[in-house]
Amino acid sequence: MTTAVPVPHQPVEEWHQPSRGIVGMACLITAESAIFVIFVTAYLYYLGKSLTGPAPHDVLDAPIFATVCLLSSSITVHFSVHELRAVRIARSAWWLAATVLLGSIFIGFTAFEWYDLINHHGLTISTNLFGTTFYSLVGLHASHVLVGLILLSLALIFSIAGKVTEHHAERLEVLSLYWHFVDAVWVVVFTVVYIIGR
Amino acid sequence: MATQTPANPITETTLRLRRRGRMLQFLHEWITTVDHKKIGIMYILYALVFLLIAGLEAILMRIQLAVPNNTFVSPQVFNRLFTMHGTTMVFFVGMPILFGFGNYLVPLMIGARDMAFPRLNAFSFWISAFGGLLLYFSYFGGSGLYGAGSAPDVGWWAYAPLTARVFSPGHSTDYWTLSIFLSGIGSIGTALNLVATTLCMRCPGMKLSRMPLLVWLYLVTGVLVFLAVSPLTAAQIMLCIDRYLGGHFFDTQAGGSAVLWMHFFWIFGHPEVYVLVLPAFAFANEIVPVFSRKAIFGYPAMVSATVGIGFISLTVWAHHMFTVGLGAGANAFFTFSTMLIAIFTGIKIFNWVATLWGGNIHFTTAMKFTIAFLFQFPAAGLTGIMLSVSPFDWQLSHSYFVVAHFHYVLVGAILFMIFAAFYFWYPKMTGRMLNDTLGSWHFWLFVIGFHLTFDFMHIPGMLGMPRRIYTYEADRGWAIWNMIVSSGAVFQAVAVLLFAWNLVRSYFKGDPAGPDPWDAWTLEWSTSSPPPSYNFAVIPTVESRRPLWDLKHPEDPDSQYE
Repeated sequence: MTTAVPVPHQPVEEWHQPSRGIVGMACLITAESAIFVIFVTAYLYYLGKSLTGPAPHDVLDAPIFATVCLLSSSITVHFSVHELRAVRIARSAWWLAATVLLGSIFIGFTAFEWYDLINHHGLTISTNLFGTTFYSLVGLHASHVLVGLILLSLALIFSIAGKVTEHHAERLEVLSLYWHFVDAVWVVVFTVVYIIGR
Repeated sequence: MATQTPANPITETTLRLRRRGRMLQFLHEWITTVDHKKIGIMYILYALVFLLIAGLEAILMRIQLAVPNNTFVSPQVFNRLFTMHGTTMVFFVGMPILFGFGNYLVPLMIGARDMAFPRLNAFSFWISAFGGLLLYFSYFGGSGLYGAGSAPDVGWWAYAPLTARVFSPGHSTDYWTLSIFLSGIGSIGTALNLVATTLCMRCPGMKLSRMPLLVWLYLVTGVLVFLAVSPLTAAQIMLCIDRYLGGHFFDTQAGGSAVLWMHFFWIFGHPEVYVLVLPAFAFANEIVPVFSRKAIFGYPAMVSATVGIGFISLTVWAHHMFTVGLGAGANAFFTFSTMLIAIFTGIKIFNWVATLWGGNIHFTTAMKFTIAFLFQFPAAGLTGIMLSVSPFDWQLSHSYFVVAHFHYVLVGAILFMIFAAFYFWYPKMTGRMLNDTLGSWHFWLFVIGFHLTFDFMHIPGMLGMPRRIYTYEADRGWAIWNMIVSSGAVFQAVAVLLFAWNLVRSYFKGDPAGPDPWDAWTLEWSTSSPPPSYNFAVIPTVESRRPLWDLKHPEDPDSQYE
């Protein structure tokens, strides 16, 4: 059986469609955003409703420096993609390294904050509603940061090993979209937890 | 080449190993495949197995309820039956079968060679499959209050605080949570694939306004999955935190809210039923025109109505919570939004009828199921509108009227269209026609059984029979109705078994189907049956919504009318 090929009467102009990677990442971001919306809703709903235990304003200190680091890492990853497009591989790798460093600083601060909350303020996930919603929301975000850091580190390793060329620029851009999403979520989480919630 | 009993034992061993080698090779090919067609077929077969299992669970329940004060199963077993029946049917029959058809058809219909992310496609299938196996493993590994080996028994909505560790000890609830969590990840992956494929891989000339309506509906379904399944994923994580890390999300003793679980679950649960029904509409959009010999009436309105349904379905969830006490304002809002969605759904019904009007109707088996759908779906919608009126719902919430309503949609609309899709696309997938006589038997037995069961099920509901009760007193006046409802189940069971037999027998003995047995117009009918693994030797270029019509009628192409 011959495969039918409808013959066009006029030739089709340039046929452009969006990039699969970008659309796929946009879909993932949509789904993940919906998950975060539910955790944020639970956090906001339970504000002030804990029956016992430490309250947000008792124990929370806004992590300004960590936030600045994380948000700057969005800028560094953007430059990394830009440099890769311009075929300046080494510079792209440096910007990528800066991104990983800034992200790791953020995680480090989160770790210290949690250590302090658990050991000096007695706030755990099972203490009260605040503890449950705080650790779930911030923890969900931190786990997304960790996954992003792993992926960025892999990209960095491949860069250093000389395997990355300008043809990978779009893939790096897809990864950077994920990283921008993680940062945008932090803006929301920071606002909800450390500004509205306190 | 003869393979009679050889005298030489060495040759015998070689032939046996060659056969086993071929068998292993066959298995290996299917387990490692990333071909959307094979993955689609695996989804469908997987779902069919679970359809039979969940159907058996329904039959056991109907035997128990056929007469008053029955002792066929214990109340504990009955609780597990309705939990497993609901959970299985939604997550391991409905979703997989509809994703299976989507996987198979979407790339073919848009002139692509595969999905956008084939390995993600395979991953999504296998993780969903694992979820189903995990749920049924609970029968062996569940342990808990009732002794070793029990499945979840908390209802398919698993309301808090029943699901708290203290009220549901053991692991049966955890099997429910984790299996749905994994199935959700698979669903999100497949939805991602559908959206990316549709937006990025259409063949030249196939603008969005020229896509088959099935592809449009799967696109909206995909987006809906992102927005609906994700809240359920979040809620499952919260439930696990409550059960294992001492969290208090739904712990009423610590100030938590059981109603919050209800909100989160139904924010998933309502759009979920639209995720299930939109593919059913998609099948109707393809089958009705072909067997009316007319192009679909009102393509732009169909697209707009679908997008409208998608949006509004996200705003109606609390019509499942009218009896919780949300207040007059909330009840009024959700009544209004639920009624609003009926307008958009109505537009689709009118357009299907308008397509039939003046057409040359061919009553193939697929068309019979579709016409039944066209009657049954509006009827289901009408009982839905009745329930959307919150004071009316206060009388009938949690009664058999609600059970009758949603089964009318799930079975009367969705399952009927799934059957239609089988009869329509089985020739494409296997190269054989399904037997028409068996098809007719399947159809009529199933219609009789469906109406016996679900038409009459509304009555005990109105007479006050609650759902999820394992038995009832003889003096309630419900006995005769329950007996009729249960009798319908027998017809449906026989019909489905005939259908399963038809599927198997026709694979080996069915009439060979050519590439285009129905004289249809979309691109999947331009390939051989079954299609080659690469789908199209040459990627087609299209100029209208019905590329094969243009090909078959070059003197009267659709492009001059669009």
